[in-house]
Amino acid sequence: MIEQILSPACWLVFLADWHLFLQAFGVTVMVSIAALALALALGVVFGVMSTSHFLLPRNVARAYVEAIQNTPLVLQAYVFYLALPYIGVMMGQVSVGIFAVGIYHGAYIAEVVRAGIQSIPRGQSEAAASQGFTYVQTMRWVILPQTVKIILPPLVNQMVNLIKNTSVIALIGGTDLMNRTNDWATSGASIYGPPFLVCGVLYFLLCFPLSTWGRRYEEKLKKKDSHAGEELRKIEEELS
Amino acid sequence: MIRLSNVHKSFGSHEVLKGVNLEVREGEKLVIIGPSGSGKSTTVRCMNGLEIPTSGHVFIDNVELTRKNRIELVRNTSSMVFQQFNLYPHLTVMGNLTLAPVKLFGKSKSEAQDIARHYLEVVGLEEKAHAYPATLSGGQQQRVAIARALCSQTKIILFDEPTSALDPETVQEVLNVMVKLAGEKNITMVIVTHEMGFAREVADRVIFMDDGTILEEGTPEHFFVSPTHERTRQFLGKILH
Ligand SMILES: Nc1ncnc2c1ncn2[C@@H]1O[C@H](COP(=O)(O)OP(=O)(O)OP(=O)(O)O)[C@@H](O)[C@H]1O
Ligand SMILES: [Mg+2]
Repeated sequence: MIEQILSPACWLVFLADWHLFLQAFGVTVMVSIAALALALALGVVFGVMSTSHFLLPRNVARAYVEAIQNTPLVLQAYVFYLALPYIGVMMGQVSVGIFAVGIYHGAYIAEVVRAGIQSIPRGQSEAAASQGFTYVQTMRWVILPQTVKIILPPLVNQMVNLIKNTSVIALIGGTDLMNRTNDWATSGASIYGPPFLVCGVLYFLLCFPLSTWGRRYEEKLKKKDSHAGEELRKIEEELS
Repeated sequence: MIRLSNVHKSFGSHEVLKGVNLEVREGEKLVIIGPSGSGKSTTVRCMNGLEIPTSGHVFIDNVELTRKNRIELVRNTSSMVFQQFNLYPHLTVMGNLTLAPVKLFGKSKSEAQDIARHYLEVVGLEEKAHAYPATLSGGQQQRVAIARALCSQTKIILFDEPTSALDPETVQEVLNVMVKLAGEKNITMVIVTHEMGFAREVADRVIFMDDGTILEEGTPEHFFVSPTHERTRQFLGKILH
């Protein structure tokens, strides 16, 4: 593998199929965006539910989070892939991947959102209630906007993990960057070095700027706003 | 306007209100005093549904306040000013003042801003419309909170120790605003406070709470001149130095 990375001939063979990788990279980016949108939506809904005064939504949210966090993502992806046709849902591997990864990270983001909501002083929801805001309106206009600032770093952390975890699509046969790389390398020319290196670099190019930005934001927040920084530290402690 | 009928409230096994009966008339300025833990806050919070009595009834305008109708009933009848201000830190002063009118009362943004500017003038902070709460002093924040309550244009305003979290030198600016409000005949004010000078100036009636009940009530003069209970005398002796 190492020799291949140093071999111009191998690179030439690889580069001839470069467009295939670019296209698969596009799939990975697209899947990441779609799964992130799903995960954020689920995370907000279940995060808000888990801070409800009522037992039912709280328990439903708890069940979702525990079920997802205590089983492997790979298992969940297989189950979705194999079980959905039985209930009459026909989806391509890529779509199944979006759902599996979105639902998986939705559970983690729900925990981030819950911790964020709970870090907002009770006086805020009391003030809103005293003005006549309903629970959902209070969340929408008062609590969640304040939460965002504090939970952004753990949220970015989740985004990075989500991007990496879209590679689970390879296991169920969807043509994302991971699968294309593996496929290309193991069929035909037996050239592993260049494709795996490039595959890694491409994932890195997506994730590194994000995580760097998240870390910078966190440092700035802690310096600028000691209260928010302290809340963030507590949230991170609780989530880890 | 507000009626509490045999209100009991327990937190777990701790009974905090032990049968409170109280009627607040329309336009009345009622001051509640009493030692820490006597149930003043809980009483006031029962008046706007922040607490629901364990037993007994609360009526606003002859409508019983329940878990079901509290949001709607409170929205149209009462506002509250808290000890800790509780301004929304992510919004400017103007944002704080227009949030409920726009989202709850269906006012247009410009209409809500006109009303907000009017009440900012009442509390003397028209130049702070675009400031964020964190950049204001405690006294200024509390005046904004009062303006926010006024923007809902409800007949009842509840105050829970509005000056207790303030530096001594800013207490007066908040009290001045409240004295001004008290001049409005049609606003009903229920105020938990230990500012007896203020109470003397504005209160129609003062009630003294002790251990979850109303021990004594009367005019401010009554409390200054001849409180009936030894307990009341003790308490007043402490807060009047
Ligand atoms: N949410 C709650 N859960 C448990 N106990 C509570 C709660 N709210 C109030 N209490 C208790 O009820 C008692 C009365 O509280 P309340 O806040 O009404 O008193 P207060 O007269 O306003 O006192 P203070 O002058 O200290 O504000 C206190 O002992 C308090 O600890
Ligand atoms: Mg109190």
